[in-house]
Amino acid sequence: MEDTGFSRTRRTLSSSARLLSVLNLDGPLLVGLGLLALYGLAILYSASGQSVDTIVRTVVRLALGTAAMLALTHASPNFLRRLAPWLYLLGIVLLVVVELTGVIGKGAQRWLNLGLFKFQPSEIMKLAVPMLAAWYLHDRPLPPDWKSLAVLALIIFLPAGLVAIQPDLGTAALIAASGALLVLMAGLSLRVVFALMLGMVGAAVLGWNFLHDYQRQRVLTFLNPQTDPLGAGYHIIQSQIALGSGGVFGKGWMNGSQAQLQFLPERSTDFIFAVVGEEFGLIGLIGLLALYLFIVTRAVWLATQTNDTFSRLLALCVALTFFVYVFINAGMVSGLLPVVGVPLPLVSYGGTSVVTLLAGFGILMGLYSHRKLVGT
Amino acid sequence: MSSRVRIKDQWNEQRIFSQRTLGAMLVIAAMVLALLARLSYLQVLRHDYYVELSQGNRVRLDPIPASRGLILDRNGNVLANNEPAYQLELIREQVPDLNNTLKRLVDLRLIDPEELEDTRRVIFSRRSFDSVPVRLRLTDEEIGRFAVHRFEFPGVDLATRQTRHYPYGELGVHALGYVSAISEQDLEHIDRATYAGTTLIGKLGVESAFEPQLHGHNGFRQILVNAQGRSVQRQGAYAPIMHAQAPAAGEDLMLAIDLPAQQAAEEGLADHRGAVVAIDPNNGDVLVLASEPGFDPAEFARGISRSEYASLSENIDKPLLNRALRGTYPSGSTIKPVIALAALTDHLVDPYKEEFCAGVFHLPNSRLLFREGRTGRHGWLDMTHAIAKSCDVYFYALAATVGAERIAAFMAPFGYGELTGIDISGEKPGLLPSPEWKKKAFKRPEDQVWFPGETVNFGVGQGYLLVTPLQLAHVASVLAERGKSFRPRLVTAIRDGAGKAQPIAPIADPSIEGVSAADWDIVLNGMVGAATYGTAAAISKGASYSIAGKTGTAQVFTVSRNTTLTQKVSERLKDHAWFIAFAPVEAPRIAVAVLVENGGFGASAAAPIARKVMDAYLLRQSTPNAAEVAVPESQAAD
Repeated sequence: MEDTGFSRTRRTLSSSARLLSVLNLDGPLLVGLGLLALYGLAILYSASGQSVDTIVRTVVRLALGTAAMLALTHASPNFLRRLAPWLYLLGIVLLVVVELTGVIGKGAQRWLNLGLFKFQPSEIMKLAVPMLAAWYLHDRPLPPDWKSLAVLALIIFLPAGLVAIQPDLGTAALIAASGALLVLMAGLSLRVVFALMLGMVGAAVLGWNFLHDYQRQRVLTFLNPQTDPLGAGYHIIQSQIALGSGGVFGKGWMNGSQAQLQFLPERSTDFIFAVVGEEFGLIGLIGLLALYLFIVTRAVWLATQTNDTFSRLLALCVALTFFVYVFINAGMVSGLLPVVGVPLPLVSYGGTSVVTLLAGFGILMGLYSHRKLVGT
Repeated sequence: MSSRVRIKDQWNEQRIFSQRTLGAMLVIAAMVLALLARLSYLQVLRHDYYVELSQGNRVRLDPIPASRGLILDRNGNVLANNEPAYQLELIREQVPDLNNTLKRLVDLRLIDPEELEDTRRVIFSRRSFDSVPVRLRLTDEEIGRFAVHRFEFPGVDLATRQTRHYPYGELGVHALGYVSAISEQDLEHIDRATYAGTTLIGKLGVESAFEPQLHGHNGFRQILVNAQGRSVQRQGAYAPIMHAQAPAAGEDLMLAIDLPAQQAAEEGLADHRGAVVAIDPNNGDVLVLASEPGFDPAEFARGISRSEYASLSENIDKPLLNRALRGTYPSGSTIKPVIALAALTDHLVDPYKEEFCAGVFHLPNSRLLFREGRTGRHGWLDMTHAIAKSCDVYFYALAATVGAERIAAFMAPFGYGELTGIDISGEKPGLLPSPEWKKKAFKRPEDQVWFPGETVNFGVGQGYLLVTPLQLAHVASVLAERGKSFRPRLVTAIRDGAGKAQPIAPIADPSIEGVSAADWDIVLNGMVGAATYGTAAAISKGASYSIAGKTGTAQVFTVSRNTTLTQKVSERLKDHAWFIAFAPVEAPRIAVAVLVENGGFGASAAAPIARKVMDAYLLRQSTPNAAEVAVPESQAAD
């Protein structure tokens, strides 16, 4: 084992592995996220109309998210568990503050202007809800009993409701989904799941009356986009034209006429998936989905390696919620789901979701690397 | 962990956890498959469909209007062409300070202060990148004024638009017609696709009748637009091929019109209401087609205002009425040569036998008296002199001899009561009465009777008979060529885009049959007599060519038979003056009909105009054939 090239490589590898382990990072997941971020930047450059400014801002957000991720990998499961109720409380307070300023102002209120940047308190809830739910279930036997389910329902629907009346139906649905996923992973009986689904259909029928006009319109337009080709159906029609005209191989980077000529609305934010489809074709989309699938699979595997209930549930929830985002966005853009304002994770421009997502993966990696430190 | 009620079963929890994780992964796999299926459907199966949609999204057709064909007279003078009209256009998003810009345009007197608010409204009603016309039809002086200050007006610029121009103004407007904005009615019978980008369409006259030839074929160019409809330019790989097709300019029309003769006719008619039509008897070429008063066709081309149109349509002199084609009048004595021919052909009269004119005609078996018109008593005269001196009494008797039915039958081939078939639309047929016609035309039995007195009136061109100036010019040309009849035509050749003129062959109509040469001589001698020693003797004074003619006076107002005409008949009730003529008699090259409304006596009001027209046409050194003349090249397509 002298100074051969082979050994040097091995040493380099092992040294980078050492660095990763010191930082409590998971190599494969990090590579997956890095590739996704690069792919995202490339498509964003095209979708934003070659705006360097957009790229700079996105890089800043990615850096911010990475910092949050690096910091959170060092948080132990015990620390996170103790943090959960306080984070949740903070989130609720901020949501109420937003709601009150919204009453004073007019219309939809989702932001807290912190001077330097605008902050969306509902983003906190995307993490705080599963954290509190996992905290609650941590020292209770699974599957949860009825009393636990009632408490969990309260934990989930209080913030979801607050977000829904902002009104931000998409984020509310995501918060509720991440909580529901966690409960599902905790072993909720499938019979209950079935019953709940029936109940949701009933609630949907009832809830129809409480929806804002534009929300109803979104649902109606989803059912038949052609009824309003220049109005509410415009998004869906144009995004399907972008996808369909992209074909298998796409029109080429920065050559998508739908995106470049602005026929595609929200091309750099919610509908960026269609830009990928138009410029890189089905191949580009398969690549993107494969990347997402790899990240989710790796994240799920990491979650399965943890040893305590809190870690398992939270880690799995972070991983699965990530994929739910992907599916909702891709489903919406391709016309499988109604138009709800859900960005494509780590690719869509703007918002604080990049930070939240990377923070979530930081937590996940932290839970994994601290798995042996957890005492029961 | 002291308050534990149920025991946490780690093994069971691990099992649940594994199951659920596996389930979740299966659901994820199903979701990915669903997405892939959907994407494959969109991107593979329906790819072609969506490619077409995306193509339609970004490509817009921009029509390029074809240049309208020219209209030339027989000598190659341009009677209608296209001129750029300058207008001031403004692009809002390129103007730094709109209010200030508009204010300074007002200061430069380029925008009327009263129109400022309207202009502002129009600007804001359009998209910010649209070029909005803020001022139409700039004069040369205004163009100059703007050009000096151009650099002070970013976002404001001069734009040109092709518009129709008539270099001679009103001249020949009733033959040429005019162009104006495409109306709702026009849209019903034109192909909208063909007219995309065209703003003007021919109305009336040659402009209308030859609209398809003059219009040409519009071209188009595909332009790349973004979602807002803004035209965009893109370079490099992303530069889809944009197709374009150049427009094909309209074909040029060569008219039979002779500009100097037309000018002479319109000058002669100036201050009158009336019409002049001159025809080349050898081929039916319409050398002159004038109707006065006329109007300025440019007003229609640039967009006539409601009040401008009202002042034309409500004018008592009816400038919009094409009297040459649509004015119908009693023929008056111009009918006499034809009546004479009818009688001669049927051998019902000895032309050399002199009859006595005492100024009054007694209709046999009737107590009706028919008076001589204004020429008084003629004494003894034969047929030739009766024509020359336009003796009514002679023709009262002749008509009574021949009979109304025979007269009508003989007159029909001359074109009385029928459309001449001239190559522009709108002409009226006039009316050739006959006993048979009267039976059909009237409902009450007592009105259907043809009275002998009506036959007598027929002989001097009064009564029901109505003719247009065009018809009488045609009659004059048929007389000139001793029965040969050509269909009147304005367009003699059409010149295609390559500059090649396709002549249109003259159309010969059936000749007048059965009239002997001797009979023609008698009647035409009568007409020569009229122009030398008869009613219109003055017309030949100083003429270097021989003229045959016939005066006529069409009654507007029937003065009671027993009262003589007073001078008090108001201007509008005065008789219409007619004169028909052809020259030179030996080899006729021009046949003319002149009508002067309320002109009084044909010899004094109408004949001098005919002379001017004939002089203008015949006295020039040579009148070259239109097709041989070197004419300006057709204007370039765009």
